[in-house]
Amino acid sequence: MNKRRPYVRPMDGWWRKNPYFVEYMIHESTALFVAAYAAVLLFGLLRLSQGEAAWNAWLNTLGSSWFILFHLAALLAISYHTYTWFKIMPRTMPPVVIGGERLPAWAITGTGLAAAAAACLGLLAIVWGMAR
Amino acid sequence: MSEHSKIIEIEVLRYNPETDKVPSPQVFEVPFTDDMSVLQGIQYIKDHLDGSLSFRWSCRMAICGSCGMMINGVPHLSCETFLRDYYPARVRVEALNHFPIERDLVINMEGFIKKLESIQPYIIPKEPRTLAQGEYLQTPEELNRYEQFSSCINCMLCYAACPQFGLNPEFIGPAATALLHRYNVDTRDGAKEERMELVHSEEGVFHCTAVGYCSEVCPKHVDPANAVNQNKTNSAMDYFLRFISPKGGAK
Ligand code: SF4
Ligand code: FES
Repeated sequence: MNKRRPYVRPMDGWWRKNPYFVEYMIHESTALFVAAYAAVLLFGLLRLSQGEAAWNAWLNTLGSSWFILFHLAALLAISYHTYTWFKIMPRTMPPVVIGGERLPAWAITGTGLAAAAAACLGLLAIVWGMAR
Repeated sequence: MSEHSKIIEIEVLRYNPETDKVPSPQVFEVPFTDDMSVLQGIQYIKDHLDGSLSFRWSCRMAICGSCGMMINGVPHLSCETFLRDYYPARVRVEALNHFPIERDLVINMEGFIKKLESIQPYIIPKEPRTLAQGEYLQTPEELNRYEQFSSCINCMLCYAACPQFGLNPEFIGPAATALLHRYNVDTRDGAKEERMELVHSEEGVFHCTAVGYCSEVCPKHVDPANAVNQNKTNSAMDYFLRFISPKGGAK
């Protein structure tokens, strides 16, 4: 008689069992804020196409304290998303060899974060210039 | 002070397929010295407290890859993990996650062996080579491309760290993909196209959601997540290439 009876452990609640997985779920869920923010912007575009009154009404809505709160939350969540995105980046790309040396992970992450920061500041500067 | 002046509690998840319906924990009190690994603690249990305890080990020096276990919920090689780092708290030991438990700390690794076979983990020359042609030559750069991925010791810690493998045991997973990549980027090899079929397949790399914990726990710094994710790009490239080049891309 075969005495083997391999036991398969259940996967329920797997992500709660290790802090690494909890962090993974948190940074994955910040993607929802990215999507929500994109939806808000797209809706603005739609209102713009509907004429000046519609556009101004949309701008008014954005001024409400709920929307300011949402934007603050989105800023936090998207910043964290950006950080984790570039943190995992060295693991997801082919090795970058410069002068015979492999670029270390921190340099890739650092370059990504610096590029993101530069893009944000550049965009802010452009908008600032247009608003004046 | 005697040599065994300290006692640590080791909690082992036991499972006997002949008598138990489900695994259950059993606590042992083990005298230990600061130079003792978790593996040695478990060997003490088998030698002095309960001879029926089952586990795998061989080299005791982090090279054979057989002593992997969950230690306080984290996949480790038990021969290079030390009891002193857990004392005075209790240390919890369990069979590697995501694999069926055969008995106590012994897992069923048939699925992993099948995956290893399926990637053809050996060099398949582009064309037959005669002895007279001599050995293959490689530059240090060409060696660098695969050396890291050839350090894998098949310990399966990365599978125990991969929730996607836990949720879908068919997923080819980290180590097998790292080895697949190791041969694909070797200049002596000519079987990339065959192996890419596995990369593209239902069980292939796209199960991966870049959790990244596999690379975190790997004792040999293979960075299997890197192999998996590079091959997502390779697979996507193959897919698009077939639209522009009749020869490029998968079948
Ligand atoms: S890739 Fe690392 S963790 Fe996975 S089996 Fe190989 S050595 Fe072990
Ligand atoms: S006993 Fe060989 S790796 Fe631990």
